Amino acid sequence: MSSQPAASPMSLPNYLEARPGILSWLTTTDHKRIGVLYLASMMPFFLVAASFAVMFRLELFSPGQQFLTNDQYNRLLTVHGVVMIFLFIIPGIPAVFGNFFLPIMIGAEDVSFPRINLMSWYCYVSGAVLALISVAVGPPDTGWTFYVPYSVKTHPNVLLPMAAAFILGWSSILTGLNFVATVHRLRAKAMGWFEMPLFVWSLYATGWVQIVATPVVGITLVMVLLERFLGIPIFDPARGGDPVLYQHMFWIYSHPAVYIMVLPAMGVVSEIIPTFSRKKIFGYRYIVFSSIAIAAIGSLVWGHHMFTSGMADVARIVFSFLTFFVAVPSAVKVFNWLATMYKGSVWLAPPMVWALMFILLFSIGGLTGLINASLSLDVHLHDTAWVVSHFHFTMFGGTGVIFFAALHYWWPKVFGKMYNNTIAYLAAGIFFFGFLATYLPLFFAGARGMPRRYADYLPEYEIYHKISTIGSWFLFASLLLLLGNLVYSLFKGKRAPISPWGGATLEWRTATPPPTLNFDGEPDLSRGAYEYPEQVDHD
Amino acid sequence: MQTEGKPQFDHALVPYGVYFKVWGALVLLTVLTVSVSYLDMKHVRVLTALLIATFKGSLVVLYFMHIRFEERMYAYMIMVVLATYAIFIGLTFVDYWYR
Ligand code: HEM
Repeated sequence: MSSQPAASPMSLPNYLEARPGILSWLTTTDHKRIGVLYLASMMPFFLVAASFAVMFRLELFSPGQQFLTNDQYNRLLTVHGVVMIFLFIIPGIPAVFGNFFLPIMIGAEDVSFPRINLMSWYCYVSGAVLALISVAVGPPDTGWTFYVPYSVKTHPNVLLPMAAAFILGWSSILTGLNFVATVHRLRAKAMGWFEMPLFVWSLYATGWVQIVATPVVGITLVMVLLERFLGIPIFDPARGGDPVLYQHMFWIYSHPAVYIMVLPAMGVVSEIIPTFSRKKIFGYRYIVFSSIAIAAIGSLVWGHHMFTSGMADVARIVFSFLTFFVAVPSAVKVFNWLATMYKGSVWLAPPMVWALMFILLFSIGGLTGLINASLSLDVHLHDTAWVVSHFHFTMFGGTGVIFFAALHYWWPKVFGKMYNNTIAYLAAGIFFFGFLATYLPLFFAGARGMPRRYADYLPEYEIYHKISTIGSWFLFASLLLLLGNLVYSLFKGKRAPISPWGGATLEWRTATPPPTLNFDGEPDLSRGAYEYPEQVDHD
Repeated sequence: MQTEGKPQFDHALVPYGVYFKVWGALVLLTVLTVSVSYLDMKHVRVLTALLIATFKGSLVVLYFMHIRFEERMYAYMIMVVLATYAIFIGLTFVDYWYR
């Protein structure tokens, strides 16, 4: 690596060194620094939430009570869910990598509203602090979904975690707003809509969902608090309210939220696969339109979370149909990725390994989703460990895995350091094994009737839980190894060249790490986002 | 993109009186919403409330948020959002109507 050109042939100081001191970070409006701030504040929460899961999985190692009471189990589980969803997986890719790379990829100097961007990070931190305080004063036990009537009646506080979710919603809206405005307003003049990198397209589609759907959950949470503290009967059937309305409103946001999680991840895959196949992405426009279709149809399928909640049959059939439908654009993407690799010269560098892992795990998550979408089957599977497995395959095996892929792909650009490849492969391997061991058994346990959110179980489920708990140790160890490897590289890693993977999007055509305004002079738009210099054309 | 080809304004776009009129209209419409809730309108109750609310929202967007005087594109974007909410609410009512 040392024979590569020095990290920056250009004269401008890079964004990390441009201004020294903690204060310069806390008041920065540089989208790249804000991305790094998000990363640094997110990872501790992720690790804490993961360690909570390891703890309650340990409780499930054997039937009977081990070391957690039912109440403690519920609380750990709720905090695990709330933190993973609202503090990690929803903001994850857009807030960290979107912030850092969206402007660079479209040849802009920053986002449209840099101060609002900083404000979104402060909203994130405030929400996170509220969540922390709520853990300190007595964690909620409602599950991450805050369903009424329980959330209106339960003793532990729900005000704090709900307020946290509410404020985190602002952060998400502000980020989405910034991305939509930036793509419209600050895109390099020479870059047409259909010349934008696919990651940018996916963030654009996601931005719309963030803006349109997030306010709904904000209103919903406020309604719960109004009922809880002022006694306004919105959801109480005894006084003319309707508890199912809560579920509608909650999922009107929270289902699109899963597309807020996965669309950016799909965008990252659409960057990594062509780069490491050294081949132009297959079916660019189809990927774009499938992103838009996923954002649109995905907003209309929320009812599939409520098949057993007493919805009208007609509604159940409509939502079941729509849910099957959303699988189509997702599958389009998978086929496009596979076709991109076909006859490419595939290089199995660590980011590519993670991306391939995504395709497998996410496909399992998606296909089991079709099973959930079948009304009759879902009546049996609803609220069982099957569903827990399904959504970990999609969210963790999907978006989480791509978060790690993106970390490995862009780390050299963000920090200018190369990590140790051998350890990166090792971590990915342990992760894969640990992941399957943790969650595959839950499919079987769930299909045989093991309910979710239970601290105890009948002896016949023991074998599944034993395997799953052991798997969670490997899983957690791999996370520590993976992150440790990256952090270690900050101190001991070799300097990264401008383009370690030979990527073709604009971030690989500026210094490593980039200067404060991203480019030294005009960005070089002479080549398209997927035109690799040494591209081999297979016909 | 920002300001090129657009007139530069050196005075308020809308006379302040208009804002007060819009405000008055909003108050009146609120009174209307509350009053009609006492009528026995059965199936169209929610629809009526939504129509009035949409009208109020449009006033806010058009005048307070100045969308009337902005590029058309913003109006289209907001219409897409409005249509989305209409679909959200419509689909929710597929449940309520058939329950
Ligand atoms: C070390 C990694 C992880 C392990 C071992 C783990 C394990 C589990 C288990 C066993 C449950 C179900 C417990 C029960 O129903 O009784 C659960 C729930 C959940 N997990 Fe994870 N998980 C991990 C990472 C993640 C990640 C990365 C996410 C998000 C992307 C996530 C999101 C959730 C959510 C939303 C719930 C539902 C909480 C609720 O029911 O309210 N988990 N986790």
